[in-house]
Amino acid sequence: MANVISDETIEYVGILAKLELSEEEKEQAKKDMANMLDYIDTLNELDTSGVEPMSHVFPINNVFREDVVTNGDDREEILSNAPESKDGAFVVPKTFD
Amino acid sequence: MNLMDLTAVELGKKIKAGEVSVVEAATAAMDAIEAREEAYHCYVTICNREEVLKQAEEVQKLIGDGTLTGPLAGVPVAIKDNMCTKGTLTTCSSRILNNFVPTYTSEAVINLEKAGAVIIGKTNMDEFAMGSTTETSYYGPTKNPWNPDHVPGGSSGGSAAAVAAGECSYALGSDTGGSIRQPASFCGVVGMKPTYGTVSRYGLIAYGSSLDQIGPMAKDVTDCATILETIASYDPKDSTSVKREDYDFTSALVDDVKGMKIGIPRDYLGEGLDPEVKDAILSAAKVLEEKGAIVEEFDLSLVEYAIPAYYVIASAEASSNLARFEGVKYGYRTPEYEGLHNMFKKTRSEGFGPEVKRRIMLGSFVLSSGYYDAYYLKALRTKALIKQAFDKAFAQYDVILGPAAPTTAPKLGDSLSDPIKMYLGDIYTISVNLAGLPGICVPCGVDSKGLPIGLQLIGDCFKEKNILRAAYTYEQNRDFAMCDLSGKEDK
Amino acid sequence: MSRQYETVIGLEVHVELATRTKIFCGCSTAFGGAPNTHTCPVCTGMPGSLPVLNKQVVEYAAAVGLATNCTITQNCKFDRKNYFYPDNPQNYQISQLYLPICRNGHVDIEVNGRKKSIGIHEIHMEEDAGKLVHDPATGNSLVDFNRSGVPLIEIVSEPDMRSADEVIAYLEKLRMIIQYLGASDCKLQEGSMRADVNLSVREVGTEEFGTRTEMKNLNSFSAIARAIEGETERQIDLIEDGGKVIQETRRWDDDKEYSYPMRSKEDAQDYRYFPEPDLVPIVISDEWLEEIRSRQPEFRDEKQARYKEEFGLPEYDIDIITSDKKLTDLFEACITLGAAPKEVSNWIMGDTMRLLKENEMEASDINFSPKHLVDMIRMIESGAINRKVAKKVFEAIFKDDADPEVYVEENGLKTVNDEGALRKVIEEIVENNPKSVEDYKAGKKKAMGFFVGQTMRAMKGKADPAMVNQILKEILD
Repeated sequence: MANVISDETIEYVGILAKLELSEEEKEQAKKDMANMLDYIDTLNELDTSGVEPMSHVFPINNVFREDVVTNGDDREEILSNAPESKDGAFVVPKTFD
Repeated sequence: MNLMDLTAVELGKKIKAGEVSVVEAATAAMDAIEAREEAYHCYVTICNREEVLKQAEEVQKLIGDGTLTGPLAGVPVAIKDNMCTKGTLTTCSSRILNNFVPTYTSEAVINLEKAGAVIIGKTNMDEFAMGSTTETSYYGPTKNPWNPDHVPGGSSGGSAAAVAAGECSYALGSDTGGSIRQPASFCGVVGMKPTYGTVSRYGLIAYGSSLDQIGPMAKDVTDCATILETIASYDPKDSTSVKREDYDFTSALVDDVKGMKIGIPRDYLGEGLDPEVKDAILSAAKVLEEKGAIVEEFDLSLVEYAIPAYYVIASAEASSNLARFEGVKYGYRTPEYEGLHNMFKKTRSEGFGPEVKRRIMLGSFVLSSGYYDAYYLKALRTKALIKQAFDKAFAQYDVILGPAAPTTAPKLGDSLSDPIKMYLGDIYTISVNLAGLPGICVPCGVDSKGLPIGLQLIGDCFKEKNILRAAYTYEQNRDFAMCDLSGKEDK
Repeated sequence: MSRQYETVIGLEVHVELATRTKIFCGCSTAFGGAPNTHTCPVCTGMPGSLPVLNKQVVEYAAAVGLATNCTITQNCKFDRKNYFYPDNPQNYQISQLYLPICRNGHVDIEVNGRKKSIGIHEIHMEEDAGKLVHDPATGNSLVDFNRSGVPLIEIVSEPDMRSADEVIAYLEKLRMIIQYLGASDCKLQEGSMRADVNLSVREVGTEEFGTRTEMKNLNSFSAIARAIEGETERQIDLIEDGGKVIQETRRWDDDKEYSYPMRSKEDAQDYRYFPEPDLVPIVISDEWLEEIRSRQPEFRDEKQARYKEEFGLPEYDIDIITSDKKLTDLFEACITLGAAPKEVSNWIMGDTMRLLKENEMEASDINFSPKHLVDMIRMIESGAINRKVAKKVFEAIFKDDADPEVYVEENGLKTVNDEGALRKVIEEIVENNPKSVEDYKAGKKKAMGFFVGQTMRAMKGKADPAMVNQILKEILD
């Protein structure tokens, strides 16, 4: 069954993904996503009932750090790529109303 | 003698023997870049010549005093631009990281540096490794040194082309769905994706975390094994790093496959496969059979489901991994904005290219409320089935043999218009990432257009040695030499 | 109002764990450094950085789960919670949704003599966010990632509470348990314990829950109580006026005593959780769980029973001593050093509590060594000092952790045990007060008190009261 992506869906995905699309880009995105979802829907041909979803391929578990301080103060380095910084902090447009 | 015609191990031997100095090697590499870069555009960043030569002198000193004794000491290397290198611009070929200078170096590159590698530049790639042609790079496409009208493949297209063009002795690439093996195939070089967890991902800018793996791209199988031996390590900084017992990959460089069981999936030879590629693959299988391997065809199954499963998983992980790029901590920030969310949106919309946006949106959608089970969990279940299919195959065979890509390199500009068609080009490589397996691509011929064809050998988890041995044996016994086009214009 | 409503409350309590380092990197969790001085590539979301889990976080979380009667998820894992906010450097938070480490627990509370069990839905591990500070000079916000990656557990209760009193009792109970475990200091003011209140109202007698709101920004027990009252009122007013409660997150403004909606349309509240691919699952074996269980301390209820049984202390004393981990630690350390339980209890109940109050201190601020208190008690018992002097000595111990032996010596407070000298002083007093001698002989008991007082005054308090009594009796009888 062919997927149809609505304007609302593309708008919503834009909010989730923090992307702002032009009208032209939106139309293209609707088409691309519908095509991709049609393609992905071929997975429905597969009977996966009773199959455990596999996120990690190897059964590795319990990888831990000991609770020991290993890092010093690298503030200058951490801030060195910041588009804007002040008083040792990253600057962003206001977050408080 | 052109030093850039030598394999990395050959060059390393000459340096060790004192026949060639590290500075001479580095100079040769920088000269080659100067001569050919305009034609191929393999690099996003070429390191400053003086600094490279300074680094070369330091390495020379350490070789001289016996500190550095490894086979790669003093050999010039190029690094894919998605691996952090302290003090050197690292862009992922994206505008959004157009000014990002990492404050630390990725673990794989540290391992190379410890072995005396001289880093000469950062190679071009598809933006955030999303693409199969290196055309999605913000910094312009890389061209295939075999024919500059064609793409080098991707996403590690810059690394593959740099090796093929002799603009470095070897390079590192990364492989999420075939990004090392497919460009290796298109550029006629050897590229290898190790078992997931073999090379630390620390410092590799993530695309699909559960699939990404760093690997070598080189002139021959010997180089590949040698490089892998150098970059592979257990890294406590990467929780998915695996503690292995066998890091001696070069011990598998044996010209003998007697009794080795090799399976060719019939599913890999069907519709969509270019007949010239098919012939080359089957001829390669013959070479191994003549050397005593037992070769037979079998049904792997599920091959057509790997790509849709991959795009769900990789896009979902990417949508999350790339959320950190929003103009606060590093990278590009839009010059004009109104308020916080507008700044985020404009920065990301201007900073990411169309393919990256496409995948971020798809990934956000498949994870969103109401779709997670239908898409994401379905893909993870499919992944489990694909893994089972490989487990079954490896109960029968030591190595799976097939093409790395259905065709040779397409022309520049032919691929991007139809994303799904481009994605289909990864059909033989993608399932290997889903199952965490090692895979190697070795040149096995040239088509009628004069473009190289790659043979892919896939091994079971942690069985790199099987595929290295098969690849080495093939390389020793094929009836042509490859990868000697370096500098073919100025030779 | 004709209709009767009841308030239904569930809590989401965030507790900062007392680890030395952050949950996924080796940065210090120390409070109060200059902005971004406790940061690294991992906790600032640098490209290419990867998390590695702090083992102590798992142990603390499991310990809290065991102490709150939870089932421990022996095969648990982390998930990513995706949302954009600048205090969240990766724009996702590593948390647990699908397999939280603890589930299905409860704690018992008592309000006005009524016992009640409050269900715990789950406890999960997650990372804290950084801090945003408004910059008045520019109107921008400043981001400090020192707190980013500090380990948290979120304790999610069932909607089992019906009043502010129950909520406070539940929080007190949790705080006590977690402090006893040493898993956190649980200070609401400093933010190491934070409670979000999920609240709905429904008509008494209805089975179905009303639509709930989630309130944030509650920094003290009293603010929580006010917020519950204010939000209950707001919701009832809304319903009475024919409106509907909207499920949303609201920010409690304690000055205005009113809650305000927090999110804009830019926040979809669709967190797109998926398993964290950069971390591997956690498998808590039976052996490991047993090890954690065996390290569990004695909790308040158990201590209260034991103090009664073993030391025969009055319930009132027990209640106060066990009300704070610091006080029980002090008490038990003194007992271990050999002091009499009731004597130690008296010093804690009396002078310690008085001095805390006078100095506006919390029990956790106590910093004198138990040994000094025990030494002082021994000096009282041996008669080296008397009780009146001891009060003064204790103040020095409380204030400066003074060594009582040294303090008494330096300030010349030692009781005079020289019987001859004392007898001389007493003889003089008896001689100078014939009237009182007569009173004494006439059977007036008060006269004895007069002589003791006179003697102590003459001795500047340093006389051993027992000896004074004895000599007086000898002379007078």
